[in-house]
Amino acid sequence: MSDNVITVENLSKSYLIGHGEPREKYHSLRDAIVRHGKNYARKAIDMARGRQIIQGDSVEEFWALKDVSFEVKRGEVLGIIGRNGAGKSTLLKILSRITEPTTGRITLDGRVASLLEVGTGFHPELTGRENIFLNGAILGMPRADIKRKFDEIVDFAGVEKFLDTPVKRYSSGMYVRLAFAVAAHLEPEILIIDEVLAVGDAEFQKKCLGKMKDVAKCGRTVLFVSHNMAAISQFSTCGLLLERGKNILSGSISDVIQNYSISQERKKINTSIKMREGSGELRYTYANSEKNRYTPDEIKTFNFEIRALKNFPNKIYVSGLVKLEGEIIVQFDSRLVNTWHQIDNTALGSIKIVHPWMRPGIYTVDLYICSIEGIIDQFEDAIDFEVFPLFPYIGGCDDGALRYGTVLADFSAEFNVT
Amino acid sequence: MQTILEPGRAEKNYWRDLWHYRELFQVLAWRDVSVRYKQTVIGVAWALIRPFLTMLVFTVIFGKVAKLPSEGTAPYALMVFAGMLPWQFFSTALSEASNSLVANANLVSKVYFPRLIVPTATVVVAFIDFLISFLILVGMMLWYRFLPGPQILLLPVFIVLAFFASLGPGLWITALNVKYRDFRYVIPFIVQFGLYVSPVGFSSSVIPEEWRLLYSLNPMVGVIDGFRWCILGGEAALDWRTFGISMAVTAFFLWLGVRKFRATEKSFADLI
Repeated sequence: MSDNVITVENLSKSYLIGHGEPREKYHSLRDAIVRHGKNYARKAIDMARGRQIIQGDSVEEFWALKDVSFEVKRGEVLGIIGRNGAGKSTLLKILSRITEPTTGRITLDGRVASLLEVGTGFHPELTGRENIFLNGAILGMPRADIKRKFDEIVDFAGVEKFLDTPVKRYSSGMYVRLAFAVAAHLEPEILIIDEVLAVGDAEFQKKCLGKMKDVAKCGRTVLFVSHNMAAISQFSTCGLLLERGKNILSGSISDVIQNYSISQERKKINTSIKMREGSGELRYTYANSEKNRYTPDEIKTFNFEIRALKNFPNKIYVSGLVKLEGEIIVQFDSRLVNTWHQIDNTALGSIKIVHPWMRPGIYTVDLYICSIEGIIDQFEDAIDFEVFPLFPYIGGCDDGALRYGTVLADFSAEFNVT
Repeated sequence: MQTILEPGRAEKNYWRDLWHYRELFQVLAWRDVSVRYKQTVIGVAWALIRPFLTMLVFTVIFGKVAKLPSEGTAPYALMVFAGMLPWQFFSTALSEASNSLVANANLVSKVYFPRLIVPTATVVVAFIDFLISFLILVGMMLWYRFLPGPQILLLPVFIVLAFFASLGPGLWITALNVKYRDFRYVIPFIVQFGLYVSPVGFSSSVIPEEWRLLYSLNPMVGVIDGFRWCILGGEAALDWRTFGISMAVTAFFLWLGVRKFRATEKSFADLI
């Protein structure tokens, strides 16, 4: 017996969806009658058999999940990544037993609590106190446990004063805090969370993440879906990448995130290539930051690929703007380092920014290809990367010492005390 | 504790699971009750006024205008009210249970629990209403100085029967309601129609012998007759044949309801 807490084998889930024919196709009344007749006959049969009625002329089976297999060990935090419609929510719903799989098998070793929504079952007319008991029971917490942890929950949510007020009078922040507080005090062996951290203010999110980490430290297993890559990479120990219902990659979280962002980049470049400004003889066909996250003082490396769509006989240079929340922090331009090239087919290149030290935040980079005649390709928001707050200074202090400035200074301080 | 999820698995541990979630049943029932009486000024009064006024109208129409006979020597008003009580319980329970799943759609699509809990918990609300209305009956018995016999002790049995009589069709309709939302319009019709084919405004004794069989197919006939017998005593003799048929129909509907509910339960979250 291994220490796998969750084993998922060949899991698939299908739904039936209907398709309507485009309107122009109704050439004749006879066609239309036949089509509608068939459609009604199908609906009538469905109803007689007690099956779901599906709108549309033809019915198609849609696989929300297809042959997904993975394992999660005790104490691991699995981050599930994928675009909208990749099957993440369906997977969580099956794991939390809300809906049954079509085929496949899941073995769960332990009590499962799932948090697919903040404040499930909260009733607006009931008071905070009453809702704690209601929500706790809905999430599968025994009444005795809720009583025991009641003070802790109230304390975590910070709503002591409003305990006997109906929650419909709560601010949305208070509502979310109370709801999360109940959920955070569940003690299941397996915790399933869907995008819950997308709500609440930044400070509360931090508190939630901290609580989640504690949960994982106690040897519990957490499954967690989010679009917030920073939260996922900080918090997960392993990752699962879903694409169109299939398991593309499962393994270390950094691999999964890397893979995901490359596939995201590809998509972005392919869709935007025709719409970009510039004369268009040459285009960026790939652009990415070597790492998704850097410390402020790390060298930031951006890789790119340029392809010639038409013949362009002149030499070109590349330049770019690094922006933080829309404000330009630095500019780079290959003319300044005497790098000019003439490109016949493709060229791979990289830019390394050694200095300055950058402030924490999410950065975006606009890339340009230019010649002396003007702009050939203008690729806005081509790259994004994050700088996280691990400061390169040897001393520690409060935030006051870091409050001002666009970038961080690489400096020393010397005193000659006389 | 190990859980295995695969197609069709939920069937096996169903009843054990239901027992495991009994606390949720209590909490949901408590929620429905406290929400019902929380923000309505006449919340409790409503449960008193409605059956009382209906009883007055029925007494006047059937007793005074149509001059139908009462059960033995019992006052007509008392006889009507003894039938009104279980009927009110049945109709409230049926309507609440039938709408329960759709009303709790957010729970059904976000959390797992045996879905049977939701419609059964709503019946508790109907039961609280029933208890409040029961006070009127006590008041009326004092007014008419009517002392019930020892058979009143069997009343809880008939309350349980009324519960099952409403649960069967309730489960069936709530399951259908998830798929076909227009089934909710069937409820007011059943309730209105049922009021006239059940012995609420009149006594079962006025039904001619040749119609008895058809008449007793209504599951509420057995329940209401039983109630009358408990409250009014031997003067409202219980026809065991009618009662037996009613009970068989109740059992059949319950079986049908649970079966339909169980069969569609898995797909509720996908449809709701």
